[in-house]
Amino acid sequence: MIDWITNLADWHLLALSPPGWGMTLLAGFLGSVQIALGGFSLGLILGIGGATGKLYGGPITKDLLEVYTTLVRAIPELVLILLLFYAGSGAINRILTSFGYQQINISGLAAGIFVIGVVQGAYQTEVLRGAFKAIPFGQIEAARAFGMTSFQVLRRIILPSMLPHAIPGLSNLWLIATKDTALLAVVGFTELTLATRQAAGTTKSYMLFFLAAGVLYLLLTLVSNLAIHYIERRARKGMPSAV
Amino acid sequence: MSVVDQTRSGAKWGLEPHRIVLLAIAVALVLWMAFSLRWDWLPKYGPLLINGVWVTIWMLVVTAVLGFILAVPIGLVQVTGPTWLKVPAQIFCTIIRGTPLLLQLWLLYYGLGSLFSTWPEIRQSWAWPYLRTAWPYGVLALTISFAAYEGEVMRGAFAGVPKGELEAARAYGMHPFTAFWRIWLPRAIHRALPTLNGETVSQLKSTPLVATITVVDVFAVTSRVRSDTFLTYEPLLFVALIYMCLTGILVLGFRKLENMVPVKGA
Repeated sequence: MIDWITNLADWHLLALSPPGWGMTLLAGFLGSVQIALGGFSLGLILGIGGATGKLYGGPITKDLLEVYTTLVRAIPELVLILLLFYAGSGAINRILTSFGYQQINISGLAAGIFVIGVVQGAYQTEVLRGAFKAIPFGQIEAARAFGMTSFQVLRRIILPSMLPHAIPGLSNLWLIATKDTALLAVVGFTELTLATRQAAGTTKSYMLFFLAAGVLYLLLTLVSNLAIHYIERRARKGMPSAV
Repeated sequence: MSVVDQTRSGAKWGLEPHRIVLLAIAVALVLWMAFSLRWDWLPKYGPLLINGVWVTIWMLVVTAVLGFILAVPIGLVQVTGPTWLKVPAQIFCTIIRGTPLLLQLWLLYYGLGSLFSTWPEIRQSWAWPYLRTAWPYGVLALTISFAAYEGEVMRGAFAGVPKGELEAARAYGMHPFTAFWRIWLPRAIHRALPTLNGETVSQLKSTPLVATITVVDVFAVTSRVRSDTFLTYEPLLFVALIYMCLTGILVLGFRKLENMVPVKGA
């Protein structure tokens, strides 16, 4: 049995020190996690802003946000990533040159976070809008009657009490964010999937490396699921159990 | 006309004053794009683009239909099946939903592809001319992915059909298979339709990934335009427009499907 496992693949290729590619994969994995975390957080900021705007904003804000969420949800992530990647870096450099600064190279990490964040923002806007609507309006009126500013209402009343309603949707989006980072391989950012492909292409053991990367992604998903379960239990404390 | 009527009809037709301004800005933006960006490549690549759109639609339809056919048993065994079927179905869904589609696609194309080429039995078989091309791997990866996501949806839909309806079917003396065919499956599909709509749109948005394994869909054509003409934005904007139209058609089609089944109280 042990012989069979050792002969199944050239396991030395996964070793952490150089002739092995383990470190490359782990570095790529770290990059993926960073982008997912950054993109998700940026998406959360955009989503909270977007949901507030969609529910309480003026007519123009509402329409513009509708255009944003519709466009992002109708165009493939791959196309959006390419568009935002080129458009974003092009726009920044144009602004910089017009103010007389040198052009800069935007780091892949920053671009990746920006791109994933904009995509996540649209989906999170919709999730959070639903969660905001689940809060009884009386609570918000009561908060206003206490003289809270709208920012205070958001921070003290809306955000804590919408959390249990938002967690299922948000956790789903977090898992999507971790998997969307793989798309950045197409624009040449060395995250886990591209690192895997480079390793596999060099050593020609495609199956081994792609399966190893699959295990890493799966671990991330499973650990996230545990964490989500814990957060959900905490956030729903004292509420009737779901379904 | 009273003020109330005006706002009501305005809301219905979307022609409040600010919308007219926004529309004007949008039209101006589109006109600016049409005249100041370069579109002279369009006629030259037109036939290729149309072909690419067909490949995209073909990929979507084939993988969605095959995936859905697989998803029904995957969902069903998770609701009523014995443990030895339930557990593999759950593991399948977890693994596929837990890893990126791009990785699965590359695993199949590069991994399986390189394995196949080392086996002389396969190289000499009738399937080899197909296995040398990229599209079978694209179809396989997209089908598996759709089956896993949709299997999860169908599990919920099967579990959500009211028990009383199934008991009524049994009370009529229907064979379990007849009851499944006439009652359980149609009711579950109807319940799953809104989610199915979303999943199909997601599937459409996943199809450009096959361009990374050299299947020439509409996204691959625009990538070629980009490398041929050194244009950055125009081909991407154009392909975004195509995908938006396809999404719109899908959403409208599903809305029609949903309306075909009357719902009490709606």
